[in-house]
This record gives sequence, C-alpha cells and structure tokens, in this order.
Amino acid sequence: MASNDSIRKTLTVAVTLCLACSIVVASAAVLLKPRQLTNKSLDKQKNILQVAGLLDQGGNIADLYERYVEARVINLQTGEYADDIDPATFDQRKTAKDPATSTALAPTEDIAGIKRKPQYASVYLIKDNGATRYVILPISGYGLWSTLHGFIALENDLTTVYGISFYEHAETPGLGGEVDNTGWKAKWRGKKLFDPAGEPALGLIKGIVNTSAPNAEYQIDGLAGATLTGQGVSNMLQFWFSAQGYQPFLAKLNLNLEN
Amino acid sequence: MSDSAKDVLLNPLLNNNPIALQILGICSALAVTTKLSTSLIMCLALTVVIAFSNFFISMIRHHIPANIRIIVQMTIIASLVIVVDQFLKAYAYELSKQLSVFVGLIITNCIVLGRAEAFAMKNGPVLSFVDGIGNGLGYSLILIVVGTVRELFGSGTLLGYTVMPLVTEGGWYDPMGLMLLPPSAFFIIGLFIWALRSWKKEQVEKPEYQIHQVHRTEVV
Repeated sequence: MASNDSIRKTLTVAVTLCLACSIVVASAAVLLKPRQLTNKSLDKQKNILQVAGLLDQGGNIADLYERYVEARVINLQTGEYADDIDPATFDQRKTAKDPATSTALAPTEDIAGIKRKPQYASVYLIKDNGATRYVILPISGYGLWSTLHGFIALENDLTTVYGISFYEHAETPGLGGEVDNTGWKAKWRGKKLFDPAGEPALGLIKGIVNTSAPNAEYQIDGLAGATLTGQGVSNMLQFWFSAQGYQPFLAKLNLNLEN
Repeated sequence: MSDSAKDVLLNPLLNNNPIALQILGICSALAVTTKLSTSLIMCLALTVVIAFSNFFISMIRHHIPANIRIIVQMTIIASLVIVVDQFLKAYAYELSKQLSVFVGLIITNCIVLGRAEAFAMKNGPVLSFVDGIGNGLGYSLILIVVGTVRELFGSGTLLGYTVMPLVTEGGWYDPMGLMLLPPSAFFIIGLFIWALRSWKKEQVEKPEYQIHQVHRTEVV
C-alpha cells in the first residue's frame, strides 16, 4: 500500500482518473445533446399551444405548431417586427441578459423585478386560415421565491385575455404554485387587460371577484396564502403591458388587424 | 457468498436503512417528495449512481492513494451524476425539469460517499455493486413512502391521477397544505422511524447518559 502513496503514483492515478471521467462525461453530453435540444423546443411549443387552447384537440405537437403558430421577433422599443432575426434561434432570455441587447431598468421602472429589459421579444401569432385568432406574448416577473416565466394569449381585439400559463417558476407548491391550477387559469378567459384609457388595468385582488362589480372584468381571484406571488403576477402584467413592454407593438398590430 | 450477497442487498431495506437508521440523505428526501413521480425518478437516479460508484471505486480500490482517496471518490461520483442528469434531460425532460438541481445534488448525498468509503473501499466490485443497489433500494423505500403520503394528502392524486377529487376542482377533499411543504417530510420520516424501531427494538439507540437519581438521605 505504501507504493500507492508515492508522488508518482498519486499523480498517475489522479491524471488517469480525470481523463477517463472527462471522456465519459463529454461523450454523454455530446451524444445526448440533439435529443435534449429537441425536448427543449418541443416543451416550448407545447406551452405555446397549451395557452392557445390548441393542445386539447390532440395530435402531434410539432405538426400542430407548424400548422397554427407563426413565430416572429419584435423590437420592443418601436413595436416593429425585427425580421433580420430568425425566430427559430432567437433566445429572449439570453437577449435579456446580454448588455449589448438589453437595457438596465431603474428600480422605479422595474416593477416586475426583472432587472434588465431585452430590446427584442418573441411573439407568436396563432393563425387559422390566414386570420390571426390569438396573439401570444411571453411574460416574466419575480414572485416570492423565483422569476415566473409564462405566456399570455390575447384575443384578436388585443385586450381580451384568452389564456395564461406559466412554464417555469419555483413558487411554494400548494400556495404560490397554484398559478398552475387549471381552475384558476380558466378564470382569466374573457378578462380585459386595458382600461378605456389604454392603460394596463388587469390584476389580482384579495379574495374572490364579485362578478357584478363594475370593475370585475379587470380583476382576477387572488390566490389564498400567496399574496406575494399574486402581486408578482399583477406587477408583471403592469410592466409588460405598459409603454415599456408590448404597448408599441400592440398599437401597430392593431392597425394591421383593422386594415 | 450467495448468502452474504443476499444480506448485503436486503439489509439496507429495513435492518440498516440509510435514512431511517443512519439518518443520511435527508435533504433530498425532503426536497423531491412532493410528488410520487419525482420521488421515483430520484430513487432510480440515486440507485444507479450509488451502484456504479461503488462498482468503479471498488475496482480501483487497490490503486487509490490514501491521501487523495476522497477526491478520487468524489470525481467518480460527480461524473456519474452528470451522466445520469444528461440522460434524464434527454429521456425524461418533464421530470428532470421538476427535479431541477436535486439530481446534481446527488453528488453531495452522504449515502453515496458513505457507502464508497465504508463498503466499496474494502470489498470486491460485484459485492459493492450489490451493496449499492441495496442501499439505493433502502433510500427508495423511504422516498416512495414519503412521496405517496405527501402527494395523496397534499394534492389528492397519485402519480398525477386523481384519487381524492379536490374541493377547488369540484370534489370533496380539502387538501392538507402542510403536506406540500418540506417540514411534513420530517414528520413522515419521524413516524416511519418510530414504527420501524417499535418493530425492530434493536435499532433503538442506548441513551447517551442517564440522569442519576440522588437520594437526599445518601448525600447527607
């Protein structure tokens, strides 16, 4: 055993082991990469179809996506389509982190707690026979423990909510995690995002919405025991549908749809 | 040999359970057991890692220099964990997303390093492999029990299938929110250990010290 502890033996064992392990790890990563990327893009497509309510009709996810969804990249500032960017390879979260393609938000502006605002964003138009039925916009914001990432689907009047879904968050299961509850998500359908003045008005309230109240169409039931997650959701709507967020794009899109 | 292999495989289930008797690996037992499906994947991942890490470490045990042996063990364990994590991302994407960092944290799971140091360094590769499977199953037993109880009473479902329809979805069951929070796992593991030790009395530890009764008359 003593010979095992010589410097030469120690170095030989260490180097050999590291080489062997790195080969194993590297080959696993390289060989499995294509499959992982397919999974990732399928997962995203699934989320988009789900928020548009297209998943229920069944069928292959990739086919459905191909048939209904038109992905575009927009410039958030101008609201124009940024056609020089390929939507298939565009990564909004990477864009939001890169100082070259994002701007830092001042604490007063940063109501959604996302720190940096990307210059570009993905949007998804759900088309049926050439007509735009829904517009799906990615939203994100800080809740209690984590940044929630999700999609919101708007009907083609661009103010009525059709659906919402969060595909990534780490809120408390059973409390804030109830943002995934299908019953709660169903309550979003038909709510209005913008008040008559064109400002974002939709948000969560405390308790259950009184449907006969005059503002009921701007209110969503609060989540019991998840005040901070609920505030996070309200704040991210406030941010993403303000002039900082999708307002320029929605204004331009509205003109397009009317023509 | 066959007898001892059987012992090595089955002892960690109830007689020498890594969680219930050695109280190792509690961290992941709390974190991934809100749902039975994530518990099952975690059990599988840990069993694979522990079995193969035992196997490889035992294979090279005569060549490991004593002063870097922990690093050598950790390197092997870490490589296996990364490989398992990559496989999960490729073949069970949905579940690997829910398990997030906890698969990676198998590296720091005390059971894996504990078995490498206590068993694989002293026994042959095949027996070490069996020991790894055994301890993986012992860990799995607790995770499956905890995962079943937490998902059933916390969400009214098992493996995602509704067993007790929730009030919020028009059923009758009002879920126990506590079951979805990590502390509930402590209670369930505690109750499990209590039940196990009531049955197998030899697992009860001897009190570390005893309060000595002093009678006043003796002192005087």
